Amino acid sequence: MTSVLYDLPGPKARRRNLLLSVLATAGIVALIAFIGYKFSATGQFEPRKWEQFQYASVQRELLTGLWATLKAAGIAAVLALLFGAVFASARLSDKWILRVPATFVVELFRAIPLLILIFFGYYVPLQYGWSIDKLWALVIGLMLYNGSVLAEIFRAGINAVPYGQSEGAYAIGMRKNQVLRLILLPQAFRSMLPAIVSQLVVLLKDTALGFIITYPELLFVGKQIGGRLPFGLPYVPAYLIVAAIYISICGLLSILAWWLQKRLSRLPRTAGKVLPAQDIGRDASARV
Amino acid sequence: MAEFLRVLTDNADLFREGFFNTVKLFLIAGVGSLVLGMLLGAMRVSPVPALRAFGATYVNVVRNTPLTLVFAFLVFAVPKLDVNIDYFPSACIALTLYTAAFVCEVVRSGVNTVATGQAEAARALGMTFGQVLTLIVLPQALRAMVPPMMSVFIAMLKNTTIAAGFSVLEAGAIPAYMSERGEPQFAVLLWITIGFLILVLPLVALQRFLERKWAVAR
Amino acid sequence: MRYKRVAAVAMMASLALSAAACGKEGNPTPSGGNASGGAQSDQCTTSGVTFTPKTDVNVAGSPTFQKIKSAGKVTIGVKFDQPNLGYKDAQGKRCGFDVEMAQYIAGTLGVDPAKIEYKEIASANRETAIKGGEIDYYVGTYSITDKRKNDVSFAGPYFVAGQDLLVRKDDSSITGKDSLKGKKVCSATGSTPIQRVRDENLTEPNNIVEFKTYSECVSQLLDKKVDAVTTDDAILKGYAAQNPDELKVVGQPFSTEKYGIGLPKDDKALRDYVNDQIEAAFKDGTWQKIYDGTLGKSGSSATPPQLERY
Repeated sequence: MTSVLYDLPGPKARRRNLLLSVLATAGIVALIAFIGYKFSATGQFEPRKWEQFQYASVQRELLTGLWATLKAAGIAAVLALLFGAVFASARLSDKWILRVPATFVVELFRAIPLLILIFFGYYVPLQYGWSIDKLWALVIGLMLYNGSVLAEIFRAGINAVPYGQSEGAYAIGMRKNQVLRLILLPQAFRSMLPAIVSQLVVLLKDTALGFIITYPELLFVGKQIGGRLPFGLPYVPAYLIVAAIYISICGLLSILAWWLQKRLSRLPRTAGKVLPAQDIGRDASARV
Repeated sequence: MAEFLRVLTDNADLFREGFFNTVKLFLIAGVGSLVLGMLLGAMRVSPVPALRAFGATYVNVVRNTPLTLVFAFLVFAVPKLDVNIDYFPSACIALTLYTAAFVCEVVRSGVNTVATGQAEAARALGMTFGQVLTLIVLPQALRAMVPPMMSVFIAMLKNTTIAAGFSVLEAGAIPAYMSERGEPQFAVLLWITIGFLILVLPLVALQRFLERKWAVAR
Repeated sequence: MRYKRVAAVAMMASLALSAAACGKEGNPTPSGGNASGGAQSDQCTTSGVTFTPKTDVNVAGSPTFQKIKSAGKVTIGVKFDQPNLGYKDAQGKRCGFDVEMAQYIAGTLGVDPAKIEYKEIASANRETAIKGGEIDYYVGTYSITDKRKNDVSFAGPYFVAGQDLLVRKDDSSITGKDSLKGKKVCSATGSTPIQRVRDENLTEPNNIVEFKTYSECVSQLLDKKVDAVTTDDAILKGYAAQNPDELKVVGQPFSTEKYGIGLPKDDKALRDYVNDQIEAAFKDGTWQKIYDGTLGKSGSSATPPQLERY
């Protein structure tokens, strides 16, 4: 294997790499062993702390929490995709009356922390005397934030289609609507897909913020289970289990994103590059 | 309107302290995650397989864990290791560990944008590893890294609000204090929003500027 | 490529496994034994009192009652992490003194206890939740204060507690509220006790630690990250009784907390009615039975407090 940083290693470099590998592995194993040892020394592996999880009722609690998480994420995902589509098309519009307000809304919601948006969704209706379900307070916050990010992903995706494509389409007499629907979207969709999936992973993870308004999602349930004093406050076991669930689900989605990216890059390249599947910036910045 | 202004002036102490701590968290965790993230990024592009595997595992585990859970581990699990860290440093560490995974990805994809031929040509000219890195690879990779890196840090600035659930008085904790003081939540939340806009928008502008300045045809 | 697919399948399989709950039935208890099977219901009956709904109830002029009656159910705000007062046991049942009082009142309003919908409301959100109509009434260590009376109204008090301190058993340096200087003190965000610590300057502002729940504070206390947990003695005794080897209550209460039932502000008719019902429970021994079966288990006795009608 050769990369931009180094050539195919020769015999000496291979020996050195092997040595470094062994040292690094030893270091990592030692760190894990230290954590395991300390956890067992402070009794994190005592049966008392894990006993609860054998019971169907506790497993049901976790499943209910998982369901609440998936429900909030599912509804919010659909709404965020809609929100993103509407605002992206407004931002791509020729009419400033649509473009300017849409830009304002998208930029605004991307700048506000999600936590504050959720607070808005929860406290403000209550202050004016409407009772709002916590699910919807959470969903609204998730929709506004992730919808704005998705709007940017959509816009960047459409802009990334080479200009010649739409020029050609106009030249054969297509109308704007047709150009967008028949030429730009199908090509842009391919390049956007991994970025969209990554953003949905972010959305799923962000449902964990529901704990702040006591929406009974997975992390909140984990906290309740961990807070049972008769079982010795098993926060560590409860959080380990919750983390494993989150990592598996988000991991599955990430693998899906990775797989899509691989698949799409095999197809003939008429469109621009595939947008990077990174939720990093939670921002598909316009550079492609 | 007068009421809206009063909320700010009456509670200026709280707003000042909250946002001060937010900025402090942002700066400390920013430096921390940059260092740790570069280190992890270096591991991911290194020729040593074990380090590459460790970097990849770290990124995949941390990126798929909610930040709230990372905080919870720092506050509730780390004391079980007989390590006693106060709440503010815990929040800095949690943000650092989480953000480093994203910084690492930026570094890796930044390095990957440099065409292999560039380094091969440099090596063919007889440049040493250090020269290849500092004269050929990094100048090109950095340009590709800076804009997404800014996005990572903007996201991190907003993520500091999660520390509110873990006994750190920062901007995200202000609503709870204000409801104790009986202030109208709507006004409070609007002021916090304004505060974040003041912090975030310059960063966004800087990002746009760098993007435009360094946009090069490859 | 291939191994990634295998990994995906393996992950999916492990998920499916965890979903097919292969657990033991029954009530998990720390000793490992299977306590009290019995009828599975959503209610917890540690006191053994059964709450039968009254028929033919009418509370004239109460909008809240009309709302409850037409909905056929009642929505009650509760706490969920306070041993012996308001908590959810490992089977998901609601238990405790406050919960049973809430059930008693629901019964007197003609609502079957099975038709109660519980909502977990954090301390900081109680007034907003009552004002906004998210809940019909709130029962959960809710101290009657003049400030809160601006936003909600209170029936009761149905119990009187005092703010106290929970410390590690081997810690003799904290003897009361005046020995807290320089110590880390933890309590729930937005609760009365933490406001008192702040207002009376019992410890330095930097040493005040706040979490959403008391369980988290207790965890931090056992981990030596804080030195004391402060709230009402009724709550703290519950924690101390569950872990007597490591925790103790200081036993020097420094306030009087009158627990009331939080009701919408302008509903005087309902307030008077609920007050009558609480008084009836004081007289016929229901209150005592509930107390003995819940809070009384931590070893202290109590008598009904004086109602404060207004």
